[in-house]
Amino acid sequence: MSMDRREFLKIAGLAGLGLGIGAGASGWIFSRGLEASDFIPSPGALTAKRWAMVVVLSKFKTEDDYKRVIKACHKFHNVPDIGNPKDEIKWIWTDTYEHVFVGQENEYLPEAFKEKPFPLLCNHCTNAPCVRVCPTKATFKRKDGITMQDYHRCIGCRFCMAACPYGARSFNWRDPRPFIKETNPTFPTRTKGVVEKCTYCVELLEKGEMPKCVQASNGGLIFGDLQDPNSEVRKVLSENFSMRRKAELGTGPSVFYIIGGGEEDV
Amino acid sequence: MFEKALVGGRRYWTLVAVLLAIIGIGFLVYLKQLSYGLGITGMSRDVSWGFYISQFTFLVGVAASAVMLVIPYYLHNYKKFSKIVILGEFLAVSAVTMCILFIFVDMGQPMRIMNVILHPTPNSILFWDSVVLTGYLLLNIIIGWTTLQAEWKETAPPKWVKPLIYLSIPWAISIHTVTAFIYAGLPGRHFWLTAIMAARFLASAFASGPALLILLALIVRKYTSFDPGREPILAISKIVAYAMVTNVFFFLLEVFTAGYSQVPGHLGSFEYLFFGLEGHGKLVPLMWISILLAFIAIVLLVIPTTRRHETTLTVACIAVFISLWIDKGFGLVIGGFIPNPLERVFEYWPTLPEFIISIAVWATGFLILTILYKIVVSVREGIGPGEPVH
Repeated sequence: MSMDRREFLKIAGLAGLGLGIGAGASGWIFSRGLEASDFIPSPGALTAKRWAMVVVLSKFKTEDDYKRVIKACHKFHNVPDIGNPKDEIKWIWTDTYEHVFVGQENEYLPEAFKEKPFPLLCNHCTNAPCVRVCPTKATFKRKDGITMQDYHRCIGCRFCMAACPYGARSFNWRDPRPFIKETNPTFPTRTKGVVEKCTYCVELLEKGEMPKCVQASNGGLIFGDLQDPNSEVRKVLSENFSMRRKAELGTGPSVFYIIGGGEEDV
Repeated sequence: MFEKALVGGRRYWTLVAVLLAIIGIGFLVYLKQLSYGLGITGMSRDVSWGFYISQFTFLVGVAASAVMLVIPYYLHNYKKFSKIVILGEFLAVSAVTMCILFIFVDMGQPMRIMNVILHPTPNSILFWDSVVLTGYLLLNIIIGWTTLQAEWKETAPPKWVKPLIYLSIPWAISIHTVTAFIYAGLPGRHFWLTAIMAARFLASAFASGPALLILLALIVRKYTSFDPGREPILAISKIVAYAMVTNVFFFLLEVFTAGYSQVPGHLGSFEYLFFGLEGHGKLVPLMWISILLAFIAIVLLVIPTTRRHETTLTVACIAVFISLWIDKGFGLVIGGFIPNPLERVFEYWPTLPEFIISIAVWATGFLILTILYKIVVSVREGIGPGEPVH
């Protein structure tokens, strides 16, 4: 088979064009670019390899201990109080043992313990199902273990809400702004149609501050680096029996509950 | 060829006008939803997907069922389907369009929907669902239109359509498999976390889709000169019979696993759907109607005399369609959310605006179907443009 110059150029040109389009398309699909999860911590910021929280239940004694923590979080983050369970938005809330540790119910527990509220929040899972299912990477994982939500990229499909085994995610079923009593101008309010949840106060860690709930908990919530053997969270975890919610699902929750050890407080 | 949709009799235009009116009303309600937010629906923090997503799930099945005509006709050379296969392909076009619309009306931020393409995320099943649905829509439009055009010109379809037809077969399976994967891969949702989900979806699809097709074929035959013939209808009815029995069998497998193992997580949603949980049982009557209709349908479809008799076959097809619509277009999605991950029961029921928007999406699908079937009928009647059909 012979091929003249013109034919060769034609084929070579087409092949080149094809390669170019292919490379361009795959580059577009697989390019990393600048990910939403990329960040450089500012000087003075609190940093960690994997942030985690320990709930020391014995430190929560009165109703006010819970309220103070919830209020600190919700007030700072402009979480609206819509006042009905259907449209409810919550970042941190409480429920009882049988609902928190589903499958671990024990009817012979002390009555006081059965009714004791447990603080609940996003578990910032190592292997987060919400991150896996998000079709736009609006929910993403930071290198320090925090699961974040981009309110401006979220399309409101709510796949993450179906995927979360902890019920940690809330959706703005309507405009939340009229239901914020006192707007905190340092934190963005959200729009209708997007999902939101606890951020481990990433914006405060940036400034070198502990999360709001931790600050308000009087030692009931301990926050620190799970990868640092000398951190406070590691210290309390090594000295006490702790539980995690639904760890059997392989999600790797990073919120630990110390519920024993303080029986006299229950 | 499209000009054939622009000429028609009074009945045709009345139908088009009625459908357009429903769509118009639905659109206005959608504008209301757009300004207020999805809080206008019955969905909540606990039942975060409702009527829209369950309609989508059901209709993916209807769309996939076109393959039940394509396989016998194109792979097994079953010539008797030659007239009817186009009805299946155009039904798929209409159903996939409805699927896409139902996803769209379910978005909290619909104007951002292109983020799915702008930030392609291969680890998200929803990303793949958008890929397979768009692909399937295009395949069926191209295949249906080209083969019909060839028929109109009384020539053989161009050769390049054949590979697309073969491609459409695994593609049909893929749309329903991917849709099942949306549910079957979520930790902590016991009702959905089952390996048989995709198989169950396909079985119910191959029952509900062809059942609808029989009904549509009978309607088309009644009102137009188009006659699909008796034999294709009988052949499809056998497909419906097998698929419906398989579907019920798969369902019973689920019931066994949950019921015999007695694992509370597996039992929860079944208890809620069929008996009610903690005094909540809004879906109980519907679910039992679904069971009853499935039973009636199977009896009518399995007994040869009733399957071959047109009246009883019609009853059976209506029963199959409604039974599976309740099962998949309602119970499956809602049931998965109840009880919630904290074992609490929050119920769901669609609101009036949500219902009107859904009806409007169905009307859009039916309008597309009406127009496409009108073209088919006109082509078959060999009537040139300008002459009204009915």
